[in-house]
Amino acid sequence: MVDLSRVGAVFTGTPPYTVSRAKIAEFADAVGATSPLHHDPDAAVAAGYPDVVAPPTFAVVIAQRAESEYVADPASGIDFSRVVHANESFTHTRPLVAGDVVSTAVHVDAINERAGITMVTTRTEIADDGGAPVATVVSTLAVRGEGA
Amino acid sequence: MSLSAQTEVGTELFSTTVAVDRARLVRYAGASGDFNPIHWNERFATEVGLPGVIAHGMLTMGIAGAALTDWLGDPGRLVSYGCRFTRPVVVPDPGEVEVAVRGVVGAVDAEAGTARVDLTVSVDGATVLGKAQAHVRLA
Repeated sequence: MVDLSRVGAVFTGTPPYTVSRAKIAEFADAVGATSPLHHDPDAAVAAGYPDVVAPPTFAVVIAQRAESEYVADPASGIDFSRVVHANESFTHTRPLVAGDVVSTAVHVDAINERAGITMVTTRTEIADDGGAPVATVVSTLAVRGEGA
Repeated sequence: MSLSAQTEVGTELFSTTVAVDRARLVRYAGASGDFNPIHWNERFATEVGLPGVIAHGMLTMGIAGAALTDWLGDPGRLVSYGCRFTRPVVVPDPGEVEVAVRGVVGAVDAEAGTARVDLTVSVDGATVLGKAQAHVRLA
């Protein structure tokens, strides 16, 4: 059973994440993002960025790592064998670039139960090492109940 | 073609297909850190009631987002991007599935300097992402 009392909880215990050129290149290859701005630091600098730019959904790497502090904790009551990803959204203040050291705050925004399915919505705020916002990642998981 | 304040709503920006096989699922698992066995282990996937190994929803979303930002040229032009995961993408072995991605202008806000791009993402003619929309800066 998902613990419905966790709405409003905030999790900030995940250590900072360092965005690397290697991880950006791996992720870009996996999703088929071919822009040189993901792969070539000179091209990224020529386009006005400090280093190679992450693909648009790269922030999920950082968000899922941070969300696990909540969703993978047995106290959350979320049984991962019963979870389906329902929806996801990203809002970027600026793109992530190699060299960024970012921290996360995971907010439990909503937990709603209907027809045996519990929808758990988290919002992960990603900020740079100066505290400036970089991206917001909102993710909703659908957790099937025992009878569903 | 560029996406500017003059671009008409309904304009198709791009249409492309991307092949997804089991090797790509393993590659995405490693790149993303999402090692859920439903995305690489047939036995596990069928035991939990799935028709077979399925692609990460985030891989499909990532492929569609990359198709858009590759078309834009500058990935920094993407302001926001969201979708629902409406249908699992079963990835055969041996073989592959073709993920088709089409981007159409849904709205243009000249004042804000942004446009909404509606993405249609389908496999064998059936859409697999719901309400896949991105907001991007105009050129």
